[in-house]
Parts: sequence; structure tokens; C-alpha cells
Amino acid sequence: MAQAAAAVDDHGHTTTGISNFKVGFWTFIASECLFFGTLISTYMVYKGRAVVGPYPAEIFDVLITTISTTVLLFSSLAMVLALHAVQLGKKKHAIMWLLAVIAMGGIFLGMEFNSYLKYIDYGLTLGSSTFGSSYYVLTGTHKVHVVLGMVWMAVLIWLIARNRIPPAKAEQVEIAGLYWHFVDIIWIVIFTLVYLIQ
Amino acid sequence: MSSVGTQTVEQQHTSHEEDTGLWSWITTVDHKRIAIMYFVTATFFFFVAGAKALAIRVQLMFPEQELITPEVYNQFFTMHGTTMIFLVAMPMAVAFFNYVVPLQIGARDVAFPRLNALSYWVFLFGGLYLNSSFIVGAAPHASWVGYATLTMPEFSPGQNTNFWLIGLSILGIASIAGGVNFITTIINMRAPGMKLMRMPLFTWMTFVTSFLLITAIPVIGVALIYLGFDRLFGTVFFQPAGGGDPVLWQHLFWIFGHPEVYILILPAFGVISDVIPTFSKKPLFGYPIVVYAGLLIGFIGWGVWSHHMFTVGLGPIADSFFVAATMIIAIPTGVKIFNWIATMWGGSLKFTTAMLFSVGLVAVFTVGGLSGIMHASAPVNLQQHDTYFVVAHFHYVIVGGAMMGLWAGLYYWFPKVRGRYLSETLGKWHFWTTMIGFNLTFFPMHFAGIFGMPRRIYTYSAELNVDIYNQLATIGAFIFALSAVIMAWNLVKSWRGGEKAPANPWGAPHLEWSIPSPPHHYNFPAIPTVQSREPLWNDGEREAILAVTMEEPETEPVMPNPSYWPILLAASITLIWALVMTGIWWVIALAILPVIYCVFKWGMEPAFPEGH
Ligand SMILES: [Cu+2]
Repeated sequence: MAQAAAAVDDHGHTTTGISNFKVGFWTFIASECLFFGTLISTYMVYKGRAVVGPYPAEIFDVLITTISTTVLLFSSLAMVLALHAVQLGKKKHAIMWLLAVIAMGGIFLGMEFNSYLKYIDYGLTLGSSTFGSSYYVLTGTHKVHVVLGMVWMAVLIWLIARNRIPPAKAEQVEIAGLYWHFVDIIWIVIFTLVYLIQ
Repeated sequence: MSSVGTQTVEQQHTSHEEDTGLWSWITTVDHKRIAIMYFVTATFFFFVAGAKALAIRVQLMFPEQELITPEVYNQFFTMHGTTMIFLVAMPMAVAFFNYVVPLQIGARDVAFPRLNALSYWVFLFGGLYLNSSFIVGAAPHASWVGYATLTMPEFSPGQNTNFWLIGLSILGIASIAGGVNFITTIINMRAPGMKLMRMPLFTWMTFVTSFLLITAIPVIGVALIYLGFDRLFGTVFFQPAGGGDPVLWQHLFWIFGHPEVYILILPAFGVISDVIPTFSKKPLFGYPIVVYAGLLIGFIGWGVWSHHMFTVGLGPIADSFFVAATMIIAIPTGVKIFNWIATMWGGSLKFTTAMLFSVGLVAVFTVGGLSGIMHASAPVNLQQHDTYFVVAHFHYVIVGGAMMGLWAGLYYWFPKVRGRYLSETLGKWHFWTTMIGFNLTFFPMHFAGIFGMPRRIYTYSAELNVDIYNQLATIGAFIFALSAVIMAWNLVKSWRGGEKAPANPWGAPHLEWSIPSPPHHYNFPAIPTVQSREPLWNDGEREAILAVTMEEPETEPVMPNPSYWPILLAASITLIWALVMTGIWWVIALAILPVIYCVFKWGMEPAFPEGH
């Protein structure tokens, strides 16, 4: 049955047709899901075990968090528009939308840190209870992800301004977008499980 | 313009091929060189951790000895286990992933060559950081499972446990990066015709192991973050006084820990699933079943973790569930063992050293599997928990399984790496001293354990009547140590003076044997097309492949640039983690700057020579 095997170049690989960069990044996101999954599970198990207050229902301001969540949601929209602009080669639009992503990320962080200060006033600290420990480590880890995403966006702006991301290389922005949307979705999960279902 | 460009490219090639200086190793992104560095480093740590085992065995040879203080004993068994698992067994498997997988699937390198180099350097620096704890006299001392309460600041003051949790966090980064790299490589870079169900078993098991890495490591990562916060920033995750629960640590650790067992064993299963057919001159019996059994083991491996926690008191329903799940996972493992035996059945067997280690694995691992089924039963487990019976069991699984499989792979693939054979005479000495030394060390421990000798205690009472088992174990340990010296001697001797080996010295069926030994730095002049599971065993297909893979190309394929950013980024990652020990927020936050700088420069650097 064996027929003559033909030589082909690199591009003849048996592959998904999706670039390595993207497959690798999806794999990384799968890993991150387990990471946040563990953090969120711990929070769910631990919030009811706190032996001293304050308790979630006493301090969470759902309205404020809804506003900050909405801002973060809209930053994902800006991200989509930024990618679209890069794909069309519209440099100025791309930079504008990426700046909007950073700005909205900044507003989200500002509002959240403001809430942190309020909670600390109520007496909720890292060491006050299992609720405090698991709440701050879960949301703090998420905030670190947001900050790193903002740094990434800033680098992309710098690159676009120097004409280093032509439409052919739009995938670089697409991957950053994947990351940003992922961080966003994780927040939606946190918002639902931590703030809405208390 | 273009002719100048070509010239530069060709010059780079010649320099790449000949360059063997230190700088070329530091900046290499070639998967084959990275594999060699992984192997050498892991072997170095094997001797480091082995020396600690010998010290432990000398201390335990007679009852009530005081050669080693309890404090030092705690550090020795903790670092013996931690080193053997994270710095020996795992990275040695990764050495084989690196060398073999791209060659088996017909690729010129892995998907992310610089990330691959980063993994190695992070592993090296993490390992050195972990072991530097001995220099400052504060080596980890709460065992490789680091149970909470023991690791809490009031019971483990000082930096010992900080070294442990930070060291493991650093190593986790290398593992996740490696997992991402190999998943992408296997999904995306197979030669034409290399369908998933045509992949060699070693590549398959690398694939499954990589998935376990990217999913299991984040879980222990979170547990280590909690531990670090409890110790350095005053959280109460594992502090009962604040409402925390030390059992949470046990759950998180073993949710990682059991898949980790398969991270250790599946690569070895992959190796012998390639070696046994080669030396039986028969295709692997029931190939799809072996693949599916591997997938099933990886999957069920997630649902058995609490069999490590039967003594915690989780209740009869939870215990029953985990007893059942643990018994079920023995089935796909047993299936594999039958497939290997059936492959040998009626084959024309050739007992090279690689084959001896493979058959040895099947025999010894089966013993470990059987003792595993014994303490899968909760009532039996209550008797055996924390005794030497368990020590015997997991050494049968990890040494008799994982390590013997990797040594089989060493003898099997060494001719490909070096173009020379390892000495078969020394190899047989290596194998038989391993078999005798290993069994003499660990078989008597079953009895010591059943008679009640607890593990992790620096001595035992003469009234236990377990002296004889301990003396046999100590003698065995020195024979086993001798086997390691024979192996090292064989490596050194054969690297320079081994008998010359051709491209396919064993008459093996897979693609890695279709190219010269040692391979060109670009592996394949052109990528061959595959039409079956054993391409080199089918006459027409073999000739067609060799016509492609053995030819000297007129212009060499363009390979990625060397880079020093992986080692610099690895150094800055290690630095920021090491600074966590200070517990000062702003110092740690500032140390992110060199990391970001290195990532940025890495991103700016062209991965390939200009124009490609
Ligand atoms: Cu287990």
C-alpha cells in the first residue's frame, strides 16, 4: 500500500491551521482557568466559615461594584474596536481605543481600591477572617492580571505609534485581546459568585 | 541586497553548526541542546538527592542511632523527596520530551524555542535557589508534602519553609511554560500524514503529561500562594485560630499531587511503549487501547486525590467514593501492562539494556501497583498510613516505574544524541545493580512498615524488631548508589569513546531514526510524509522517507536565532520570587521592573534571522 512519500516544506505540517502563538495562548488560558478556579472555590468554601465579622452582606456595595463591572465590560468592547482598527490599518483609531481600554481598566482599579479602603475601615483585613483572606487574595490576584494587561496595552500603543504592527501582524493585538477578555470574563464570574450570590 | 542577505544567513549557519563554546550553550534555543542541559542538570540533582538518601539509610541502619540530629534528618528527607520529584524525575522526563518529540513528529524545533530555553533556565535557577537553603543552614524541613500546621510560622519559624514554597513556585513556572510548549508543538507541528492516531506512544504520553502539567500545577500554585501569604502577610487560610482549615492544604496539595504521580509515570510508560515493540520486532499490541488507557489514566487521575487523606476523617461516603475511584484507575494501568506483555508474546526479543530496563519496569512497577491497590482500601490504609509500607510502595512506583523507564530511554536514544552507543556491558551492570540494589532497599520496607515502623522519624526503637529490614535496606541503598556511579561512568566513557552508531541502530520504526545520528541542528532537511504508525517498517514508505531525510540540502533550512533573553528573564523571575522572602511589598513590586523589561526586549527581538 505504501506510496512514494513526497517531501513538503514546513508549511505542509499536520496542524490545526491556527497559529502556534494562538494555540499556545489558549493553552495558557486553560491553565489560568484552573488557577482562578482554585481561588474561587476556596472563597466559596471559606466565606461561610468566618468566625468573626465583618461578613460579606454587611460590607459589599453591589451598586458600586456593578458600576465598576460595567466599566470593565465596556473596556472589552473598546478592545474589540482596537483590534478592528489595527486590522484595517487605522493607526489613530487603534491607539485611541487602546487608550480607552487602559483608561477603563484604570477606573475599574480605582473604584475597586476605593472599596478596599472602605472594607478595611469596616475591619476586613487580610488576617481578620477566612473571608478576608480569601476575598483579598482572589480579587487581588485578579487586579494584578488587570495591571499586567494595562502594561501590555501600553506596549502595543507604543508599537502601533512606531508603525510596528501593520494589519498583517494584527494577531499580536488579537492575542492581547484574548487575554483582556479572559480577565474580564473571570471578573464576571467573580462578580456573580462573590457579590450577587452572597 | 538579497545576495548579501543570503551570505549573512549562510555564515550564521556555519557558525551555528560548529559553535560549541559556553556562550553558544547559554544562548541556545535548539531543543536538542536544551534536552542535554536538562538531562545533565537532572542527573546532577539525582546525585545530590541520592547522597541525602544514603545519609538517611546510614542513620537508620541500627536502632536508636544519633549520627544525624532530628533537625538535620528532617531537612534531609524533605529535600530528598522534593529534589527527586521536582529536580530529577520531572526534568529528566522533560529532557526526553525535548530531544525526542520534535524528531518523532517530524519538526525542526518546538513551537516556542525561546520559551523552551526559558523553561530550562527557570528550572536550573529554581533548583539552585532551593538548594542554596543548605548554605544558609535553613533547608526545608516539613517534608515534600509540606502539610499545614507544620509549615505555619509558629511551628516552622525561620526561612526553611519559605525556601520550599518559593522554590516550588519558581519551578512551577518552568513546568507550565513547558506544558504550553509541548501541547502546541504536538497539536500544530506534525509532519504531513502524522495523524494523532499515528503518533508514537512517547509523543502521545508527552501530550497527556503536558495537559496534566498545565492543569495540576496551577492548583499547587494557589496552595503555595496561600501558604506564602499565611507565613508572610498574616492571612489565615490554614490557621484554625482565624477560622482557617489545615485540611484545605491537604486537599489542594493532593488534587495536584495525584495527577503529579501520572506526570512522573506516563513519560516512562511512553518510553517503554516505544522500546518494547522495537526490540520485539512487532508493532505495539492494541495501539489505540494503549493510547486510550493513557488518556483515561490522565482523566481519572483527577478524581482520586483523597486516598491520601483516609486518616483525616472525611466520612464514610467520601472515603468510599475515593476507594472506588482508586481501584478503577488500576484497570487502565493493568490494561497497559497486558499490552506490553502481549507485544513481547511471540516476538523475536532482543535483550539490550534499554529492553532490560523496560521489562524491569513492567515487573517492578507491577509490585508497586499491587501494593497501591492494597492501601487503596480505606481500612487497610488506616494501618499502613505513614509507615514504611507507603515508602516502599511509592518508591516501587516512582523509581521502579518512572526512573527505570527513563533509563530505558537513555540507552535507547543515546545513539541518536551522540552517534555512539552507550556501552552495553556497563549497561548490563547498571541494570542488574539497579535491580538488585533497588529491590534490596525497598522490598524489606514493606515488612518494616507492616510491623509498624513510622516514616519521617529520625530513628526507631530496638523493640520494634525491624533492625534486619533496615540493615538490608541500607546495604541495598549502597548497591543502588553503585549502579548510579556505573551509569555516570558509562555516560562519560561512551560520550567520547563509545562504539559508532548508524542512523537507525536498533531497526526502530519511528521518524527520529530516519535522520543521521547525531542529527543536524535543523533535524530534517525537508519534512517527510508519514503514511502509517511504523513508517520505517514498511518497505516503500521507508525508502521514500529516507530519500528526503538523509539527503544533504544545498542551502540549510533557516533556524531561530540564539538569544540571551531567556536566561536573563529566568534570572529576573527567580530574583522577584526570592525577594518575596523579605515580605516587603514595595521591594517585591519594584522587582517586577526587570521582568517587564526582559519580556519587552524578548518581544522586540526577531526570532529568526532578518528576512525570514
Ligand atoms: Cu494518589
